[in-house]
Amino acid sequence: MRAMQQVHLKLNVNGEEEEVSFAPYKTLLEVLREDMNLTGTKHGCELGECGACAVLVDGQPLLACLELAVECEGRAIETIEGLANGSVLHPLQAAFADLGGAQCGYCTPGILMTAKALLEAEPNPSRERIREAISGNLCRCTGYQQIYESIEEAARRINEARVQA
Amino acid sequence: MMRLPWFGFHAPRTVAEAAKILAGEGPQAMLIAGGTDLVPNMKRRHQSPQTLVSLRRVDELKKITNGSGLKLGAGLSLTEVIHSDKVRAGYTGLYQAAAQVATVHLRNMGTLGGNLCLDTRCTYLNQNYEWRKAIDFCMKKDGDICWVATASKRCLAVSSTDTAPALISLGAKVKLVSSQGEREVLLADLYANDGIDYIVRRPDEILTEVSLPDTAGWKSTYWKLRRRGAFDFPVLGVAAAIKFAPDGTVEAARIALGAVSSRPLATKAGDSLIGKKLTDEAIAEAGGKAQNVAKPMDNTDLDIYWRKDVVSSFVGYALRELRGDDMRDTRMRISRQAL
Ligand SMILES: Cc1cc2nc3c(=O)[nH]c(=O)nc-3n(C[C@H](O)[C@H](O)[C@H](O)COP(=O)(O)OP(=O)(O)OC[C@H]3O[C@@H](n4cnc5c(N)ncnc54)[C@H](O)[C@@H]3O)c2cc1C
Ligand code: SF4
Ligand code: FES
Ligand code: FES
Repeated sequence: MRAMQQVHLKLNVNGEEEEVSFAPYKTLLEVLREDMNLTGTKHGCELGECGACAVLVDGQPLLACLELAVECEGRAIETIEGLANGSVLHPLQAAFADLGGAQCGYCTPGILMTAKALLEAEPNPSRERIREAISGNLCRCTGYQQIYESIEEAARRINEARVQA
Repeated sequence: MMRLPWFGFHAPRTVAEAAKILAGEGPQAMLIAGGTDLVPNMKRRHQSPQTLVSLRRVDELKKITNGSGLKLGAGLSLTEVIHSDKVRAGYTGLYQAAAQVATVHLRNMGTLGGNLCLDTRCTYLNQNYEWRKAIDFCMKKDGDICWVATASKRCLAVSSTDTAPALISLGAKVKLVSSQGEREVLLADLYANDGIDYIVRRPDEILTEVSLPDTAGWKSTYWKLRRRGAFDFPVLGVAAAIKFAPDGTVEAARIALGAVSSRPLATKAGDSLIGKKLTDEAIAEAGGKAQNVAKPMDNTDLDIYWRKDVVSSFVGYALRELRGDDMRDTRMRISRQAL
């Protein structure tokens, strides 16, 4: 009976290949949270209307709530759990903590991942470009100002570290 | 939790293979490209296809080809369309329309083909199953009556694609391929004014390619009305393309409207411009003509009377921009994006 079938496949999440088994109708968000125990990616509207579930797939920010998990085999998935390097925060995380870029924190994983993709493509984005890049991530707390400032600060710190290296 | 219903899943590698699967499965199968329209609709139980045929791995749908014009594969993401220099340079209206679809994330996922086949929308429909059940459903799905106009014999759901009006104004054609063969239709003829049967594509056909004619002498633009600077579907879309003689006289003009009908509306409003320069009077006349044929329904965001009233203003913005006026401030105020 088809209704009993499970899909078995390998997903590459945060640089590690993992064998996963899940119901074939599940979205990437559901598989990450329910079958892989990675609950850092947040479950918001489930309909593409908020950006809380944003993850990177092959380096691009996508919405995990609309991505079928069966489509993700062989693609590099990055979630918030892979952002810090061991106990060392990613400069984006550190800047958000220092400058109040997160309040309730629900939008934060999606925004951090989206901002990571931005800074990798453009190390010195203008305020206008930052606004554009995260215009698909709603935040009900901060009013966005601190988020823009945190991303600018993170860019500055990453560029400084690059000069020193 | 809004779970998707069960479905069988195929991931063909070629158009021929996808066409064969579609033909074999019959109308209970649906294509899925980016899934950004279909997945929310399946979660709300607007559609419950038994089988999904994914186009994601069909590389031949992701090509951009030069010829006398430009051919765009239906599987290109909207982000890829926006980043194409050829689109930006020769087909500004398409670039501006694609760049205003939804959000960055959704444009990374959503495809050009999916945007052209986008389901029609309505506030009484785009709700979860329980909500729809509470109003006893409606004609488009699970019910009998249209809540927008209870005497209406047809569903009045709104065509909400941004790229279709732009591509219609640019004279685009699309290729439809099935296991039986292929045909090419003018994009303007792909649609019907019916919220349920809004597209003349047969269930076994795949939209594979958009062909754009050469645009030497043409200029194009797209203006979109929405509540927020991101996320929102169009409440009005105005696409205009004009061919100018060297002295600025209009030789050909096409104005198409989005979100004011169950199909993207190819208007005749541009005809009044032919042989004239784009004076304020000529622009006002064309705006009035476009406004007359726009029939917004009370099933999207914003007040319907106002939505009709602003059609001529938006046509005015579009035509003044094509005339060469500096519209950057107006553009920023309306779309909150520099385009
Ligand atoms: C929050 C939100 C906001 C949005 N805002 C906008 C907006 O402002 N403007 C706008 O235009 N859209 C908007 N969309 C809709 C959608 O994201 C885009 O229209 C997108 O381009 C759809 O493409 P897709 O590949 O994701 O389509 P899919 O969901 O994969 O498919 C859509 C439909 O087209 C069919 N289909 C797909 N590809 C083909 C093909 N090659 N041949 C034949 N049939 C095909 C599918 O069977 C399905 O019926 C929004 C969506 C969301 C969730
Ligand atoms: S226009 Fe009428 S029939 Fe169509 S979706 Fe809306 S309420 Fe339903
Ligand atoms: S949960 Fe995915 S966009 Fe809201
Ligand atoms: S910090 Fe609360 S939603 Fe952004």
